[in-house]
Order: sequence, then C-alpha cells, then structure tokens
Amino acid sequence: MDIDGVYRAEYGRCVATLVRLLGDINLAEEAVQDAFAVALEKWEELPPNPGAWIVTTARNRAVDRLRRESTREARHAQALLLHQPAEPEEVGPVKDDQLRLVFTCCHPALAPDSRTALTLRLLGGLEVPEIARAYLVPEATIAQRIVRAKKKIRDAGIPYRVPAAEELPDRLPPVLTVLYLMFNEGYAATRGPLIRTDLCAEAIRLARELAALMPDEPEALGLLALLLLTEARRPARLGPAGELVRLSDQDRSLWNRTLIAEGHDLVRRCLRRNRPGPYQIQAAINAVHTDGAATDWSQVLALYDQLLSLAPSPIVRLNRAVAVAEVHGPAVALAALEGVELPGYHLLPATRADLLVRLGRAHEAAAAYDQAIALAGTETEQAFLRTRRAELEPRPR
Amino acid sequence: MKQYLLAVHMVEGAPLPSDEEMQKAYAQVDRVNNELRAAGAWVFGGGLLPPDSATVVRTESGQTTMTDGPFAESKEQIGGFWVLRCEDLDQALSWAAKCSEACMGPVEVRPFQDEPES
Repeated sequence: MDIDGVYRAEYGRCVATLVRLLGDINLAEEAVQDAFAVALEKWEELPPNPGAWIVTTARNRAVDRLRRESTREARHAQALLLHQPAEPEEVGPVKDDQLRLVFTCCHPALAPDSRTALTLRLLGGLEVPEIARAYLVPEATIAQRIVRAKKKIRDAGIPYRVPAAEELPDRLPPVLTVLYLMFNEGYAATRGPLIRTDLCAEAIRLARELAALMPDEPEALGLLALLLLTEARRPARLGPAGELVRLSDQDRSLWNRTLIAEGHDLVRRCLRRNRPGPYQIQAAINAVHTDGAATDWSQVLALYDQLLSLAPSPIVRLNRAVAVAEVHGPAVALAALEGVELPGYHLLPATRADLLVRLGRAHEAAAAYDQAIALAGTETEQAFLRTRRAELEPRPR
Repeated sequence: MKQYLLAVHMVEGAPLPSDEEMQKAYAQVDRVNNELRAAGAWVFGGGLLPPDSATVVRTESGQTTMTDGPFAESKEQIGGFWVLRCEDLDQALSWAAKCSEACMGPVEVRPFQDEPES
C-alpha cells in the first residue's frame, strides 16, 4: 500500500478520533491533512501502524497550531486536549469514534442531502468531486452542503455521541441510508477504479457495529445482510483482464461462501421477525441470487414487486425490469421501463440497450449503448459497454 | 452550556382554539415549565399578545419613527417563546418536543450566539 492507499483507508478513522480529541470538525480535518502532508515528506517506507502514526502526528500538529491561534475554537479545543486522560505514545484510531461521528453526520436536524455528503467526506474520505459525481450534482452544491452542515453542527451544538436506546429508532434510518450509499460508492465507484474495497470494507464495518448495537432492529440486520451478500460476489465481478462480468456469466466458485452463509443467516433472522423493510427485501433478493446454482427469477420478481409497493423509486423500477425480462421476456421489460427517468444514470440506457438487443432492434440498441457509454464514469464500465456494442450484428452503418 | 430560543409560531387567521383547548394548553405548558425549572434548563419564557398589539421602533440618523403593527408582514408570527440552557442540541430538541406537545403547535429551536468573552 502506498500513501494514497493509507489516505483512503485511514482518513475517516483518523478524522473521527481527532473530532473527539479536539471537539471541532474543521480543526480535526486540518490536523489530519497536516499529518498527511508531513507523512508525504517523511515516509520513506510505511510505518508499522500508519493510522496510529497519523493520529499521533495530527494531534501534535493540532497542539502546535492551537498554541499559535487564539480564536474561541482554538481555546476550546486546547481545553479539551488538556482534559484528555494521558494516552499511550502511539494513539490509534478508536472505532467508537466513527460510530459517534456517523450519528452526528446523520443527525435529523441536518438536511438529508447534507448528511450523506458529510458522511462520505468525513468518514469515507471522499473528495468533493467524487461525492458530486455520486450524486450527479455540481461540485459547488456538494461543497456548500458540507460547509453548511459543519456550520450547523457547530452553531447549533449537535453533539458527538451515539444516541440513547430510546432515541435510536428515529435516528437509525438516516444512518442506514448513508452506509448504503457509502458501500455503493465503493462497489460501483462513480469514477477511477470501479471497485473501491476500502469504502466497501468501511461501510460493512460500520454496518456490523450498528447491527451489534441494535440487534432488535431488523432493518439494521437487513442492511448488513445486503452488504455482505453483495460483497460476497465481488471476487467474480471482474474477469482476469479486469473486465466486468455479468451475474449470469460469473464463476460462482469464486463467491465468498463465508459471507454468503452469514448473509443468509441474517436474512433468516429478519424473516423470523416479520417486520419487512426495504433493506431486508433487497437482502432477500440477494439471498436468492446467491442460493443454489442459478437465480430463481420468479422469486426475485416477487420480491421486487414487494419492494416497489413498500419503497417505490425509479431505481427499483429499473432493477425490477431486469427481473421482468427474465420471467416475462424483453418486450414486457421494455414496456415496464416506459416513463422511468434517471437523468445521468448510465445503467438505464444500458439496460434498455440489452433489452433492445434481445428484441433484435440493433440500431436502437447501438444508440442506447452510445448514451450509456457517454454517461458511464469508469473505464471498466465504458469498456464493458463498448464490448457489448461491438457484439451487435450486423454492425450499424 | 448553550442557550436556545424555542419559539412558538402562530398562523394568523387560523381558527382560534376553543377556550377549553386554551385552558388545556395553559395547564400543560405550566407543567412543562415546572419541569424545566426543576431540571435547571429554564432561563425565561412567556406567551405574547397578538401581533396587532406590536409597535416597531426605528432609529436612523438620530431620527426615531414608530409604526403600528409587527415588523414582518407574514402570516406566521411568534406567539410565545422559551429561552433554555442546555448541554447540546439533542437536549434542546427533546425539550422542544415536550413544549410542542404542551402548547399544541410547532416550535422552532434556534441557538443563541455565544456570549462575547471579555
């Protein structure tokens, strides 16, 4: 791993710990960035525990910086640092810090759009342009959301703590949404390498902690199951040359059996509780995909129907159409996509193109692939779509 | 400790609550006020007369003018408020939930600026 890798893996954890030590998000971010700048100068090889090195350095840099400054925040942070119990020389990131910060970032007093942007920035370590692409909105909008959210946390006094048991039912859903989006960004990155295992691992880790914290909340278990069952298929998702492999063509022997077993077990626990929710249903869909030698599409379709009635959205309609094609054929699926609008999302034209191919409408398929290629944000997906377009016979024009 | 304003909003022209409802609200608010005092969160609070009793005073270049009526010409006006001392926003929000239930209307929570240090 190089320093970029350390940055991706450790940024969020280090910021979370520094927020606890300094009591201020901006100071924490500055300190962590300072520490990485020092690392860039000093590291000839990676220290044995890069995260601990960054936290210690960030803490020391923050102390230096605070001594030079005399703002209210600086004095407040200094006081906080003085009241910390003496810590061992190498202070590593603390896992509770991240959970605390997740609940702060997902506080209901913040606008929903800001919650995800802030969590991806602070805990996922994503840069503003990456978040902007994930959301398909201008960078300035994301930057403004993050600034406003941080300002409100400070001005309104939103605390850094895990909510009490009686508050959790209200405070959980926004956290689930954010973790789901974080995993998604890792699993199907909007740019750069298609898969960012660090983000996936981070989302799963936080989802595990949430599920352990709230064993009686089936949606928390459902989210964890969904993430595990998706993650389990990752080893088969890319071929030997790094190319994207469709679910139907994947080598199932590459799937992670341990994760699948854990995911299936969680889905069964959810079923026993009989309080279905969107994450549990999506987990169940993925349990069907990972059960046996081939997917039982009629079961998948039934689950999508349930999901659509519970949480209707264009994305669910798009995914349901894929199952419709398997059960009722491409013509019915194409009709089901009628009126679905997902501006800027490449998988809508890509799905439409696949259906058109199966209907023998090569010209329209080529046009739809072109649309999808123009919208796809990663090389891997563009290459996959170009290959599919090239397979069209006879070639248009 | 931070201070928060909990403002109760009234919509002008909305049907007035019945006397019975008003009495109920007064009694409920009284109970919450006692709770607030017992918890040490109480700073100040009270209900306001309707906005037609308001006067706006403006002083510009030494010239003072007065106009009848409220400052904002909106349908929503402040009907009453609390000022509370709380540990953080979560504490203020949980008081606001009690206050909203007691006065049977929405409550806006706004943090005060920190007091300037000397």
